[in-house]
Amino acid sequence: MKKLILAVLAVLPMLAVAAGPSLQLDEANNDLSDKASLKRGFEAYINNCLACHELKYQRYNRTFADLGISDEDGMANYMYTGEKVGDHITNTMPGKEAAKWFGSTPPDLTLEARFRSPDWIYTYLRSFYVDEKRPFGVNNKVFKDVGMPHVLQNLQGVRTMDEHGNLSEATGGSMTAEEYDAFARDLTNFLEYTGEPNKLERENMGYWVIGFLFILLFFSYLLKKEYWRDVH
Amino acid sequence: MLNNLMAWIEQRLPLMDAMNKHAAQYPAPKNFNFWYVFGILASVVLVNQLLTGVWLTMNYEPSGEGAFASVEYIMRDVDYGWLLRYMHSTGASAFFIVVYMHMFRGMMYGSYQKPRELLWLFGMLIFLVLMAEAFMGYLLPWGNMSYWGAQVIISIFGAIPVIGDDLTLWIRGDYVISGATLNRFFALHVIALPLVLVVLVFLHILALHEVGSNNPDGTSIKKPKGSVPPEEQSKFTFHEQYTKKYDIVDAIPFHPYYTVKDLVAVVIFLIGFCWVMFFAPEGGGYFMEAPNFEPANGLKTPEHIAPVWYFGPFYTILRIIPDKLLGAVGMFGAIVALFLLPWFDRGTVKSLRFRCTAHTVNLVQFAICFIVLGALGTLPATPLNNMIGIVASFGYFGFFVALWIYSKNEKTKPVPERVTGK
Repeated sequence: MKKLILAVLAVLPMLAVAAGPSLQLDEANNDLSDKASLKRGFEAYINNCLACHELKYQRYNRTFADLGISDEDGMANYMYTGEKVGDHITNTMPGKEAAKWFGSTPPDLTLEARFRSPDWIYTYLRSFYVDEKRPFGVNNKVFKDVGMPHVLQNLQGVRTMDEHGNLSEATGGSMTAEEYDAFARDLTNFLEYTGEPNKLERENMGYWVIGFLFILLFFSYLLKKEYWRDVH
Repeated sequence: MLNNLMAWIEQRLPLMDAMNKHAAQYPAPKNFNFWYVFGILASVVLVNQLLTGVWLTMNYEPSGEGAFASVEYIMRDVDYGWLLRYMHSTGASAFFIVVYMHMFRGMMYGSYQKPRELLWLFGMLIFLVLMAEAFMGYLLPWGNMSYWGAQVIISIFGAIPVIGDDLTLWIRGDYVISGATLNRFFALHVIALPLVLVVLVFLHILALHEVGSNNPDGTSIKKPKGSVPPEEQSKFTFHEQYTKKYDIVDAIPFHPYYTVKDLVAVVIFLIGFCWVMFFAPEGGGYFMEAPNFEPANGLKTPEHIAPVWYFGPFYTILRIIPDKLLGAVGMFGAIVALFLLPWFDRGTVKSLRFRCTAHTVNLVQFAICFIVLGALGTLPATPLNNMIGIVASFGYFGFFVALWIYSKNEKTKPVPERVTGK
């Protein structure tokens, strides 16, 4: 029986591999507890992404509180269009027109890190290349024929793809490759945060709950042992 | 004062008597093993689902426009809303894990055999309602996988000749899955099916206590009245409901002995449950699927539509049969076969400990086929996967056919008169 179970366990991963090739993603290695990184990511998001991509499930004041920004500072430095501090992070782009401009409405990104993955976002942001056949002159290795222009091109610079599908070093951007990677990591980190603002609280609570359960296990085992002395 | 009040109630409604009958003086075999904790665990999960469900309902908005956003509202703005939701979503998967283990226990030790056929049937009804409950609950977050998963499952009913199309229309309440579907699924998920479920669980337990619990040896702990000398009878006090007809051997009262033992099992279970809930609530993409973090969109199909893992075995059987109607027949047949298990098994020996080797082999191959079918259900239908699926389906149905054949004149080992205590 044990051999059969082992055989099944050996076969199962093969089935998973048979599910098809998936794109190689770079590891984001972002750190949710790094508040400075989250703040940089938040700022980058407000300045570069929000005009098209809403975070309509996430509120400004919640973000301020979690990132350690006071409401006054937040309203002064992160809110440009006169919303209230408790409002969701939205923009005023008309959806129908946007669909005409880009081929489809730019999606809300609140949950993007859970829908894709942090690694996907990190790799995506770094995988634009020149493709004259596309309306905006760029394509993306992770998301083929994406409708989005490379809005970060002035930071990263321009990459081209050779006949083997490899991307060249970026040239002409205001950031070095390392600086741009760090920038993309901060943005990724911020989007992982908006995907689940309670993630750190959840994990922290988990240690306490499971710790308590182990203590309870010890005493419930003693209780069981004591009672079962009667049973022969 | 309190005693008088208790006596006053007892004369009008014998509560204490019922508690004694079903807990403090209920004779349970003393040799329950690991496999006997899953019934209690299923009750724990049921209570978890009912309680967290009530609080989720307070903040959820059942409409096509508001459902997805209200779930994110629960996750972000409701105090500990994220905890309630994860308890509920993890509970859904945990429910099926413990129920599958509970059913397999019944199969191993023949707990479906005479006189426990009705008990098994109530259990199977619970399983059936549970699947409907889970299916409808899965639509409520109104994510894209909710939407397309429901689309696929409801379309199965369209395979029924003549009435199929009208039936799917009737289920959906619309030509496509829409807010109308969501609303009725919400009503069924939070009121109708939980009510049915609770009543069935109640009947399941009543039916169990009427015929008594089986045990890993399959030996009865109830001997004919007067056949066992007093010094060999169980020294504990049992309710006269049981003692007036039988001499009870090798039994202990359910409470406190099994309540304290089950407490240990519940705590161990909760450690695993909480580990998933706090550190991996998505269950590796199986408990909560990534495409479900995108709102339902009738114009955008997820790359790979897979049902939630617990429907995997039945979904695979549906999928490997090229004809849609036959596929649906195969899928429902797989559940019907389980319902009829007490009549497929013509043997009289219950526990696999004393049955023929073929039975053990048959059970093991059934378990393997079930797991393989489940794994395949979450994977794309490639030709290789379909071929494995066909083999595993033969294993699944073959279990029942083989059982029916060899159980007629089975070469069994002698069953001990008393439980072995192992």
